[in-house]
Amino acid sequence: MARSLKKGPFVQQALLDKVDKINASGGPKKPIKTWARSSMITPDLVGHTFLVHNGKDFVSVYATENMVGHRLGEFALTRIFKAHGAHTAKVSK
Amino acid sequence: MARLLGVDIPNDKKIEYSLPYIYGIGLPLSRKILAATNIDPHIRAGELSDDQLASIASTIAGMKVSTEGDLRREIQQHMKRLLGINCYRAHRHRRGLPVRGQRTHTNARTRKGVRKTVGVAHNPNAKKGKV
Repeated sequence: MARSLKKGPFVQQALLDKVDKINASGGPKKPIKTWARSSMITPDLVGHTFLVHNGKDFVSVYATENMVGHRLGEFALTRIFKAHGAHTAKVSK
Repeated sequence: MARLLGVDIPNDKKIEYSLPYIYGIGLPLSRKILAATNIDPHIRAGELSDDQLASIASTIAGMKVSTEGDLRREIQQHMKRLLGINCYRAHRHRRGLPVRGQRTHTNARTRKGVRKTVGVAHNPNAKKGKV
């Protein structure tokens, strides 16, 4: 079900504060480490790099114009795709 | 055989059921179109006059729904955008798996296609001690 428009997009407040601070200072856009996977990428966040937690590591996500409306977590996969492969020496050891 | 919107040739079924042969038109939209054009949905597609066909075509055009090539292109574009930003949905499209969180333990055959057995391709030399 879609989120109520009344509420507006969800962005973790702490994350928004950090972004605002960098935007206001005009300083270099350092990567922001974050666990806020459910935060929506808003136009404010475009151009910033986020290190999004995937449960194990932090995946670097550079927010672009096209990503607006998506959530940070969509770009940091939580699962590793394992395919069946040939039975090689390395596997059978 | 009647011709509508370029290549589409719905056959000698009732017009109500032959319009959905056009990509992008389903039964509900088909009924809506026929109601708007005042055509009896129960007459056969082949019995329609040229005027009636023209009015159907213009109604579809006026409804601002994309059909056929336009619709396919639109879908392609949406997919391309997803692939461009490399999000979760893009990965699912690339792997040919369900995109919207459906289970894949069983079912999902629409996306996965015909069942194909996967397994480890055995290398005869891979038996113990031989490699």
